[in-house]
Amino acid sequence: MRIVKIIAIILLVAFVGIQFIPTTRNQSDTVPSTDFMLVNNVPETIQKKLQVSCYDCHSNNTQYPWYNKIQPVAWFLEDHIKEGKAELNFNEWDSLSSRRKASKLRSIIKQIENGEMPLDSYTLIHSEATFTEAEAEELINFITQLKDSL
Amino acid sequence: MSKLKSTLGIVAIAFITLTAMSCKDNKNEQNNADGNHSEMSADEDHSKMKHDNSDEHHDGDKKEMAMSGDGNSQAVLKDYFNLKNALVADDNAKAKTLGATLATTLGNFDVSSNFSDTQKAELKDIIEDAVEHAEHISESDIGHQREHFKILSKDVSDMVAITGTENTLYQQFCPMYDGGSAWLSLSKDIKNPYYGSQMLNCGKVQKEIN
Repeated sequence: MRIVKIIAIILLVAFVGIQFIPTTRNQSDTVPSTDFMLVNNVPETIQKKLQVSCYDCHSNNTQYPWYNKIQPVAWFLEDHIKEGKAELNFNEWDSLSSRRKASKLRSIIKQIENGEMPLDSYTLIHSEATFTEAEAEELINFITQLKDSL
Repeated sequence: MSKLKSTLGIVAIAFITLTAMSCKDNKNEQNNADGNHSEMSADEDHSKMKHDNSDEHHDGDKKEMAMSGDGNSQAVLKDYFNLKNALVADDNAKAKTLGATLATTLGNFDVSSNFSDTQKAELKDIIEDAVEHAEHISESDIGHQREHFKILSKDVSDMVAITGTENTLYQQFCPMYDGGSAWLSLSKDIKNPYYGSQMLNCGKVQKEIN
């Protein structure tokens, strides 16, 4: 019985301890003028969907749920966001050349078509981020249009 | 007995803290290890490729390219054709390694010489885009590799339009893949990198680039 107690205390101490290790938070109050929504005429339904499904990892501002401020969840998240932003940052959209925009748009279409984005680990917690068939079609049509107009 | 327990306890806490602390470092190390690994396999592949060259008889790409100079764009073309041949052969693993090789070659591309400012800017843009596609090819399944190869081919064609080419190139076109897709080849013969053995001869020569 005592050993259980000791282990419980140890785990607790370790858990509290790791909370003090700092992580970089992906948060920003300002939306730069290069933002995807600002430079493109994006229909409102699609804006909302992008915000909910993509912007947490593909912009400078993540809406953190409370439990994502807790370690070790926060570490896991930090990595994903870093990777996501390196691949595509909607906030910096307009700083890309037409060639690179076309590449990114093509990738967005493929990722949505193949159901690879949003990641399963994300939709597991954010069920509202999942694309219904209709939503996927709407987004793909819009992105295709945008790509052809470049 | 209680001594044993507290020792156990100390070991456990040390273990947990260390695991937690080293979490990220581990990741980095892993990445490094991966990097080394791919470099190593790229080397391996080079030797394999050399070997291939010696008994290659149906596709002149590699042999001819091996003879050409080591200018920037020539090096890119050489890696591009090697990658293309891997896709023609449905070889996912080889295409991964060659994608990584191409990404490195593109990364070393020096745009400083002989071009006008507009050309330099465009080349930089082309290369930045192409690097991304080459990197994706280095870590994807064959379906994805072919998707990225399509855009990569466009980038490389645009590069050649600026830099020119030492060898005569053939732009070939398959109307079936993804609404129609082009690629470059050193040979007139059609060997389709988008379908491989599934539809090896689908396509036609669209134009000759000198």
